[in-house]
Amino acid sequence: MNHNYEKDISGCGLIGIINKKKQRLGGEFVKKSLCLMNDRGNGLGAGFAAYGLYPELSDHYALHVMYDDPTSQRDFEEFLKENYDVEKIEEIPTKPVPSITISPLLMRYFVKPHKKMLVGGMTEDDFVVRTVMQVNSEIAGAYVFSSGKNMGVFKGVSNPREIADFFRIEEYEGYIWTGHTRFPTNTPGWWGGAHPFTLLDWSIVHNGEISSYGINKRYLEMYGYKLTLLTDTEVVAYTLDLLIRKHGLDISTACKVLAAPFWKDVERMDEGEKDAMTALRMTYGSALLNGPFSLLFGHRKGLVGINDRIKLRPLVVATKGDVVFMSSEESSIREICPKPDRAWAPRAGEPVIVELED
Amino acid sequence: MFNSLAPPEYLATIDTDKCIRCKRCIQNCGWSTYSWGGDRVLIETTKCVKCLRCYHYCPVEAIDILDNATRFKSNANWSYMNIRNIKRQAETGGMPITGMGSDLPYPVLFDHLLLDACQVTNPSIDPLREPMELRTYLGKKPSKLEVEKTPDGKLKLKTEMPPQLKLELPFTFSPMSFGSISLNAQKVLAMAAKECGIVMNTGEGGLHEDLLPYKDHIMVQVASGRFGVNPDYLNAGVACEIKIGQGAKPGIGGHLPGEKIPLQVAKTRMIPVGTDALSPAPQHDIYSIEDLRQLIYAIKEATNYKPVSIKIATVHNVAPIVSGIVRAGADIVYLDGFRGGTGAAPNIIRDHLGIPIEHALAAVDDRLRQEGIRNEASIIAAGGIRSSADAAKAIALGADAVAMGTAALVTMGCTVCGKCYTGNCSWGITTQRPELTVRLDPEIFAERLINLIRAWSHELQEILGALGVNAIESLRGSRERLRGVGLDEQTLDILGVKPAGR
Repeated sequence: MNHNYEKDISGCGLIGIINKKKQRLGGEFVKKSLCLMNDRGNGLGAGFAAYGLYPELSDHYALHVMYDDPTSQRDFEEFLKENYDVEKIEEIPTKPVPSITISPLLMRYFVKPHKKMLVGGMTEDDFVVRTVMQVNSEIAGAYVFSSGKNMGVFKGVSNPREIADFFRIEEYEGYIWTGHTRFPTNTPGWWGGAHPFTLLDWSIVHNGEISSYGINKRYLEMYGYKLTLLTDTEVVAYTLDLLIRKHGLDISTACKVLAAPFWKDVERMDEGEKDAMTALRMTYGSALLNGPFSLLFGHRKGLVGINDRIKLRPLVVATKGDVVFMSSEESSIREICPKPDRAWAPRAGEPVIVELED
Repeated sequence: MFNSLAPPEYLATIDTDKCIRCKRCIQNCGWSTYSWGGDRVLIETTKCVKCLRCYHYCPVEAIDILDNATRFKSNANWSYMNIRNIKRQAETGGMPITGMGSDLPYPVLFDHLLLDACQVTNPSIDPLREPMELRTYLGKKPSKLEVEKTPDGKLKLKTEMPPQLKLELPFTFSPMSFGSISLNAQKVLAMAAKECGIVMNTGEGGLHEDLLPYKDHIMVQVASGRFGVNPDYLNAGVACEIKIGQGAKPGIGGHLPGEKIPLQVAKTRMIPVGTDALSPAPQHDIYSIEDLRQLIYAIKEATNYKPVSIKIATVHNVAPIVSGIVRAGADIVYLDGFRGGTGAAPNIIRDHLGIPIEHALAAVDDRLRQEGIRNEASIIAAGGIRSSADAAKAIALGADAVAMGTAALVTMGCTVCGKCYTGNCSWGITTQRPELTVRLDPEIFAERLINLIRAWSHELQEILGALGVNAIESLRGSRERLRGVGLDEQTLDILGVKPAGR
């Protein structure tokens, strides 16, 4: 049976930056901003995600993989060659920092699924999702922690400054950035357990404890998702994948599932919308994320910030020209943008959806 | 007269010094335990069932009902009931009948499960200050939904939703027929259901016209005897239930003795006055799952597609059975655990057939999820729900709603004496004798039942708040919020629950 697991609990600080005009920003901004919130983490996990990272290979899936040992690397690469056309293999560049004495082997692969593998109406995205599920649950010691196109995640066990230095974050540029510092309370910290968490080009940073985890997990399992990480963030990622990619809901509608409006508010809507909202709640009640959270999710077209429906965790948003900042604390925004045009705390459950302009 | 060799269970006693000879005990006892002896009350204690009606109505507290200390000498193996039943069977050659749910000390798993609460890492929520949602919709849900945006940005539903039964609270009343209980008792249920935004269930006894004002809160039942069934009946309520079995008597039919069938019951059931109303063991048009499918769709056609519930007793293979029922088109599956109540059942059946609701519920919810069809039907759990804690635990194991039967009767005066089958209920609940049923004033007792439902709802909200969630959906099926105490590994595995400390 599938109930004997220990769930990972953590508090956190998070930051997101997006330039709507796709002007790329260097990693130093997100690093500086995140480092101001050092006290929201405890040095047991930090990470960054960037979009617009690999423009020269933007039509390939960039798989970032960590290995416990060379055997798992060999197993994975064998698997990869059987299933994918591999354009490029390289080590993820790192530099030594004091707190990281041992790190996993870190590799990245730019790949496309073999055409012949796509049978029965399966899309490339479906195939990659299946790969990620399969590798993470079946190849011992190998863990795919980033699997999108033209985006990538860098994360590990340490504080934000040293993770940034270790992965040489300042050398990357992107038009969407997210960052995360972590305060796990019940695990010693595992590199794969740090945020951001990704699936395809969805990346999630998340502060909170999903009190409805038990049912969210069982709901997703009914649709074939394997929850191997036992973190709340994994639940968020797979829920978004199900609602948006598989079921075709748009982002704002998906947000009405994650943080469903209260019945008392639904009652006040006009008939058509009331019916739609009631049906959403009936159908997707098991996907409602209940309990405290603020989360940011990046995707190929933009960045979204959202709180739980009674706002039990902080989220502040600010704008400056074409740039939008989202953070756990206003101070971390002002650290890199002292005079924003506007700064506000979004209401409970109301998503802030920022889209890239084409 | 032949005296039974089974000594009485209880000794009704009257303190003659205190007694003022007001004769209220004589008037109140439905079993004729008391009679007037000229200068004092005479007691025929073999008739006493300890329903405590006389005790409550004695103005001078002169009455005591004692457990009979001179019952048979019993031991851990040969209990009083074992010996008594043999004596009785030797005397009569019949099956001892009983009422209410099994009273044998089988383990009650609800009492071995504990709920979680929030500390530090996630905040608990105060239900007095924040919304705490209990609304529940029973029925088939689509696995995915299509919506579109209108030009002004509002959401519009494209998927056609299957019919739903809306409950403001995750409770329903168990089916209890007019015949097994009095019309006044049914009125109490109907009035409370309406007030609380939930539903009562007619049971297999037809629908008395007095209940029509409450039809938006009534589920009508079709069982093997087909009593009272006609197109108007099927269409009267908000949903229709096909009863296959009952937790207290899985695999056997129903038996309403002729004594409980006066004119009103006879009219409602469409049978002659005073005849025994026998429901066959199986439904004679359902010998297999495909037959069930045909009846489900026959009823859907007859009711213009109202939700159809299938009620079964939880038996050993309950999980695959329910999978079949869901695939046969049921919108709701009502699982009645073996501790569920009854108006009349053979002792031997009630106490030894079926499985508890906790195991059944967990197995069914698991199976439907494994098969990817959990959304296809809602589950009502019944058979041993004694408190809001039991309800919360059942919901965490996977129930959409719970049904209460015995608990509702207790608000009407029932003391779970277990003699419902005699038709002599002194509280006017499980009787049709007019001088007894008149005691149950529907309005007064509806208020008590409403109080109970409100109290359980508040308790459920407090539990949700402590769990740090503000919607019942977030507890439903969330077994992560349960821990087992004193359960073996295999039982934990069946329940999908970790032991406390993990």
